[in-house]
Amino acid sequence: MLRKTFWGTAAFASLVLAAPSLAQTIGFSQIGSESGWRAAETTLTHQQAEERGIDLKFADAQQKQENQIKALRSFIAQGVDAILLAPVVATGWESVLEEAKEAEIPVVLLDRTVDAPEDLYLTAVTSDLVHEGNVAGQWLVDAVAGEPCNVVELQGTTGSSPAIDRKAGFEEAIAGHDNVKIIRSQTGDFTRTKGKEVMESFLKAEDGGRNICALYAHNDDMAVGAIQAIKEAGLKPGDDILVVSIDAVPDIFKAMAEGEANATVELTPNMAGPAFDALAAYMTNGTTPPKWIQTESKLYTQEDDPMAVYEQKKGLGY
Amino acid sequence: MSRTREFLRRILPQLVTLAAVLGLIAAVYPGFFEVSMANGRLYGSLIDILNRGAPVALLAIGMTLVIATRGIDLSVGAIMAICGAVAAAAITSGLGLAAALGLALAAGLACGLWNGLLVVLFGIQPIVATLILMVAGRGIAQLVTEGAILTFTHEGLIFLGSGAVFGVPTPVLIWFAAGALALLVVRRTALGMLIEAVGINRRAGALAGVGAGALIVAVYMVSGLCAGMAGVIAAADIRGADANNAGLWLELDAILAVVIGGTSLLGGRFSIAASLIGAMIIQSVNTGILLSGFPPEFNLIIKAAIIIVILVLQSPRLRAGPRLRRPGGRVRGASAAEKKERVTS
Repeated sequence: MLRKTFWGTAAFASLVLAAPSLAQTIGFSQIGSESGWRAAETTLTHQQAEERGIDLKFADAQQKQENQIKALRSFIAQGVDAILLAPVVATGWESVLEEAKEAEIPVVLLDRTVDAPEDLYLTAVTSDLVHEGNVAGQWLVDAVAGEPCNVVELQGTTGSSPAIDRKAGFEEAIAGHDNVKIIRSQTGDFTRTKGKEVMESFLKAEDGGRNICALYAHNDDMAVGAIQAIKEAGLKPGDDILVVSIDAVPDIFKAMAEGEANATVELTPNMAGPAFDALAAYMTNGTTPPKWIQTESKLYTQEDDPMAVYEQKKGLGY
Repeated sequence: MSRTREFLRRILPQLVTLAAVLGLIAAVYPGFFEVSMANGRLYGSLIDILNRGAPVALLAIGMTLVIATRGIDLSVGAIMAICGAVAAAAITSGLGLAAALGLALAAGLACGLWNGLLVVLFGIQPIVATLILMVAGRGIAQLVTEGAILTFTHEGLIFLGSGAVFGVPTPVLIWFAAGALALLVVRRTALGMLIEAVGINRRAGALAGVGAGALIVAVYMVSGLCAGMAGVIAAADIRGADANNAGLWLELDAILAVVIGGTSLLGGRFSIAASLIGAMIIQSVNTGILLSGFPPEFNLIIKAAIIIVILVLQSPRLRAGPRLRRPGGRVRGASAAEKKERVTS
């Protein structure tokens, strides 16, 4: 295999090796703060950088690609050692990534990928959305253990890739288990309000909820809204209706501690940790990481001491 | 007596439409009209419609008055987010329910005052003036909640969103009360007529002695207050203030409710009762779609199709239809009908 000479030369590697303890400067271009998850990602990136003694230069793009391109150019001008980029959109990155490549600055993509030739970035650290749905589905299949189970599904925003992929992953997991069936599926737009409203109608339409065995929500916020709807209908969430969702935001752990939710699959906000590790290995030993580093989609249930996880997560800015 | 009959005649088209929409849903989903008691509260799809329709109904009250002055208020969704955030922040910082509510509604009034002053003092067109707060308002709300969903556990505040009095959900009581109060104030006093006068011709109204400026500022403040109440209900409903999503796009539903209610966007005559029925029609369509079990990709298409049918059936041009087919020039006939329409509306 051909190694990229400008990044991977022994000379460059040994140069870095010569001064391994010198503080590195890494630029991080973040999309903005459109959700609690992203705020947590920003907090964790700062934390991870501090732990490793990295000088992190942070740039908030306020949801604008031109701001990100400007930030990248300024990182290149400052001569940072590496760049982390959480791209707001997929297209339009070629020229600025070329500039980084010419300046021999490795770029790691966080949490989303871009439509650009693979040699323009070192690696991408993202979660596998299909796999997340799969883990949730597998949990339900195991939990009901062959008993018949009617599932209602709260989808994310219609047409968004998390909604499409998390639906596909879940369906893949329950395929072949004829006892588990999705009987109703509707969008809750990833919000608590819509999650509650749609769940109310599911309950009405399915014999006051007596016909529903489990709820699968594409994110925790919709599940939190739906849990309230289930309670107001006089049923016990987590018991009469099993609740499984994705994201692992703090509030769902509170619900799990109270026995009102059963399981959640974590979309980890710690994308920077694996990115820094890959960069360190690359810079010290010249190890080229794979083009895609998949983060762990960890399953949390009521047995995982949800209150402790809640305490640990609530300070992250979710 | 004749006054009551006139009132009924005004809201008759909306009532017929609402009945038709409800009938349509019942045809698709048979158990639709069933209402029972569960958990000490009324339980059923009709109750859901009244309950879920509360935010848009409250917004529609303020929006009707604003539109009657030939204005429009695009910022109500953002004001909802601000007021929900203020209420949540106040209650989590340990203030009492009364203080939290007072602060939230004061924030709503302040937002309305800002809109009103931009429109009256600086003569900025209402659609632009309120667009400013529509865009900036969510940012303000996010500053209040510090970017996260600010959750609370105060039972008193939660009661406003998901409690019930004698089985009736609190939001329903709130919008009924607000609607009845607004109706009384504008129709039992001269206020309604003054608003209409300003809306039809602000200059003529001012010349006739109506304090047009103060009146316009006041209607934007009422709109802000209504949005504040809607925002508190929306936050109380989910026990948290979601600055990103609370009231998102609801300004459009509120405007639609007013339009379905037959109030002209060009200002002048208005009917709060008809707007409230309009809000219920919109919510019935939403709830009906959820009950129908169609895949979510169809939601917006179905909603749009039903709304188009409603608006076309209500269009004065359609009612004046036979005149269009008069022999001797379709175009001239149409323009004549149009002129007549303008005079009568």
